[in-house]
Formats: sequence, C-alpha cells, structure tokens
Amino acid sequence: MDQPTKGEGLAQNNMDLFSSKKKDNTKIKVTDAVRDRIPDGLFLACPYCGKQIYNKELGDYRVCPNCDYGFRLQARERVALFATDFVEFDSELTIDQTDFPGYQAKLDRAKKQTDMKESVLTGSGRIAGEQVDLGIMDSYFMMGSLGSKTGEKITRLFEHATENKLPVVLFTASGGARMQEGINSLMQMAKVSAAVAAHQEAGLLYLVVLTDPTTGGVTASFAMQGDVTLAEPHALVGFAGARVIESTIHEKLPKDFQRVETLLENGFVDKIVKRQDMAEMIGKIVAMHQQEG
Amino acid sequence: MFQFVKTMFKKDVNPAEVVKKSREDRFMARELINGIFTDFIEFHGDRLCADDKSVIGGIARLKGQPVTVIAIDKGTDINDKLSKRNGSPQPWGYRKAQRLMEQASKFNRPIITFINTPGAFPGKDAEANGQGDAIAQSILESMKLTVPMIAIIYGEGGSGGALALATSDQVWMFENATYSILSPEGFASILWKDAKRADEAAGIMGITPADLLEKKVIDQVIPENHRHEKIFAGMQTKLDEEIREMQALAPDELVANRRARYRAF
Repeated sequence: MDQPTKGEGLAQNNMDLFSSKKKDNTKIKVTDAVRDRIPDGLFLACPYCGKQIYNKELGDYRVCPNCDYGFRLQARERVALFATDFVEFDSELTIDQTDFPGYQAKLDRAKKQTDMKESVLTGSGRIAGEQVDLGIMDSYFMMGSLGSKTGEKITRLFEHATENKLPVVLFTASGGARMQEGINSLMQMAKVSAAVAAHQEAGLLYLVVLTDPTTGGVTASFAMQGDVTLAEPHALVGFAGARVIESTIHEKLPKDFQRVETLLENGFVDKIVKRQDMAEMIGKIVAMHQQEG
Repeated sequence: MFQFVKTMFKKDVNPAEVVKKSREDRFMARELINGIFTDFIEFHGDRLCADDKSVIGGIARLKGQPVTVIAIDKGTDINDKLSKRNGSPQPWGYRKAQRLMEQASKFNRPIITFINTPGAFPGKDAEANGQGDAIAQSILESMKLTVPMIAIIYGEGGSGGALALATSDQVWMFENATYSILSPEGFASILWKDAKRADEAAGIMGITPADLLEKKVIDQVIPENHRHEKIFAGMQTKLDEEIREMQALAPDELVANRRARYRAF
C-alpha cells in the first residue's frame, strides 16, 4: 500500500477541524475515469452501494465500511495484502507479436500503470502461513483480459504446482478474452484447462477467489474449475455482459443479477468472504487439504 | 476422388464472403448425421434439469463401429430456429453434451462433434444456470476423456460456445465455416464503434479456415460442393481412418497428445 503522504495528513487534519460543518467542501465528484484510484484524503462513492466514503475509511484492505464491497486492487497491492515470502514467476514474460492496430500502445500503458508485463501475477508464497502457488489477475491491466501470455503464466503456475505438489490459489479478475489476440486468446481457455486437469488428477487443491469483475472466457474456463470457490462480497461474476443479455431478452436485469450473492444462491459459489478475513479462510482451507508425508 | 485440404492460400479467400456463407443453412445437423453415420439413436436431457433442443446427441455407427455423435443445430424452419435460438445452446445443452461425452468414454466410443453456433446463449436463464460453469466443465472434462475426439465446425464457430465442444484431438472445418473469439460485428463495434464495418473486421480477424490452418488451430478443411453425398462419403472414410489411428494409441498417450495440442498455443 502507498505510504501516507504529507498532503494526506493535512486533509486528515482538515477533516478533524471541520468535521461538524462544511463537510461538503471536501467532496469531489468521482468520475468513471478516476474511479477508486483517486488520491488519499478525498471522498469517493462506493461503486456498489453508492455511499460516500472518506478514502481513509477504506483502510489497508480498501473495503467499503458500509457494504463490505472490496474496491478493485492491482495485483501487486493484493499480493502485499495477502501473501508473505512471495517469489514471483515469469515476471518478464510478455507478448512480442503486437501487430494488431493500437495493441502495443495499450500494452505499454498497462505495463506502466501496473508494474507488470501481463494481466496476471504468478508466484509461490505463503498465505496465513500455508505454502501455495498463487495467481492474481489484475483488472487494471487491459481489464485483466486473457492474452496468450496470461494463459501461459497461469498454465506454468499449474504445472509448477503439480510438479511440486502444491495447492493453487487463483484470484480471478477479467473482462474476458483479449480481442487483439483473436483465436489465440480463445485457445488459452483450453490450454489452462489442460493444466488444471493434470493438477486435479494429482489430487491437489485448486482454490478460486472470484473478485470484481470476473466475466467472459475466464468465467467460462478456469474461474469455474476450482475445487473450492470463494468470492469477495458483491463481486460481479458472469459469462455474458449484462447489456448483451438485456438486448437479447428485451428486459432490464435485476440489480444483483450477476453479483456473487446471486451466484451463491444459484449454487455456483461455496462461500462469500470479506477481504479482511480472506487470508485466514484460505489458510484454513489449504491446511485441511494437506496430504500426509 | 474427394480430397481433404491441409493447405489453403489466404489470398484465394474472401473472408467477408466466408462469413456470409457460414451463416447460410448449407448443411443441417441431421443431414450430416444421417449422411455420415448409420443407425443414429438420439438421446435426450442433461439429467439435471432439462433437454436443450439446440444440441442433438446420441449414438450411431461409423462404418459399423459404435460412436457418440453430438451436434449443435440452428434449426430448419422458423419455429425450429426459435426453439433452438439459432443454434445458441443453453447451459443444459452443454451439460447434455458433457453427459454423452462421459458416457462415450465409459463405453470406449469415439466422439464426433458438429459445431454451428453464433455462441452460447446470452440469456437470463442461461446466466442463472451457470453458462460459464457449463462451458468450463465441458472443456475440463474433454481434457480427460480417454477416447478419440474429432470436432467439425460446419458453419459458425462462435467463441467459447464453440470451444466447449471443440476441445478435441483434431478440429476440422468446412471450407465456408468460421471460428473466432467474437463475431465480426462485435469486433467492429468494439474496435471502430461501428458494427457496419463487419466485412472489414472479417478481413483482419483471421477467422477463415485458411488462417486457422496456418495457426494450427484446425487440422484440415473439408471442401464444399453441391453433391453432399460425396462430401459425406469422403468424411466417413476420413473419420474412420483417423479414429482407427488414434485408437491404436494407449489411452494415456491419447490424452497426453490432446493436452499437448493445446499447450502449444
């Protein structure tokens, strides 16, 4: 997480001084563009419940104090929150064929913003003391889309885990396929699934954590292949986009239609866990799957 | 003599034309099944909730050998098309397919799938019943089956909805079929915010058999002509040959080869 800055402290003091009056002066309009990445010391609206929250109230876990919605995190923020002794795999792996119009520029921007070379961060580390192979998708990297190197990194993660008899914990976040890579993006769904199958056959645990948002080809492959499926509160998870469905059936979808609370009710999620409690829950589940010897 | 194609030149292909033809009712699922196989017996239902008409499945004989056949069908007349959502399966369609594939594996029957879909159905019930889960499980289980699997795309191969039945040892395509991550219309509307530029999009998407052969996404192309019975006879011979070759492999080897096929992407 970011270190507190001078400006933040100042805003904090202002808050304390004027908390009983003129509160609205510190409020800003949160546009889509800045969303939750606004500077510390400001108010923002929870994307789920809409409540105005003072940024500091989100805490280290960046969770809405009103509804427990977990604000979108970058993969590197998440690994710092959840894992210790993390050793990253394939940190330099990146696609070199980017002849599609505008693709290279988009990639460069994503790399700069996320300090990653692809839309997933993979490695080995400990969660609540348990050794796991860990994958974290980053929705700030081209919407977490499934590029061929994203698929390659996740495949290698499963292969490493199978070879070393380790569980895999994968935090999913994706808008789906990466259009710029065409059919190669689709093939990743099958490639990763083959690696999941081998890991499964070795009797090893695959734990999925669905985070906001997980959609499209990722939902239609490895996000729905876990032995245990956890989810963060109010995460949006689905296959087709809400607008596509609405235009097919010519009606508005109910508000929480693609939220994990609905998926839980429909039988597609094991448990919804608050972000603050997630590491402990993962640790407990992993410990209960430890094989003797 | 009927010849399969293993190389095609992209310069000889007009992608927009292929897209157009792929959406015409050139071949219907039952015509394919009855033309290539004998003794087809249709089986219904996913054993969980329903029977999806857009997925036709059952057992048949290929040159005498029992096989499992699964086909996505767009429907013939308007009512049939409506009930099949123009070939867009529901989750229970994919689950029926998966049930039949697992049954095939139990009885050591090769599996042949026929695919013609704009994509998995994007409906409210589909979503509530886990469209993503249904496709994910179908792909995962396909990676474990110990019998030869050949997928044949005979019209549209629309994204994950096609891949669910095309995670196979071999993928074949008809000459005027497509296989893509998204429709040219969808692609154009994302890229240029203009769905009307679909023809242009088709040109750069690489969705024709010629493109896909080059990328090794597919293994061979079935040339089309008006004499369907000739095409079907050729397919029957070729399917039998390829399947017998794969049946000579140990089950472990067959599965390892299938996984390696996708590992290469």
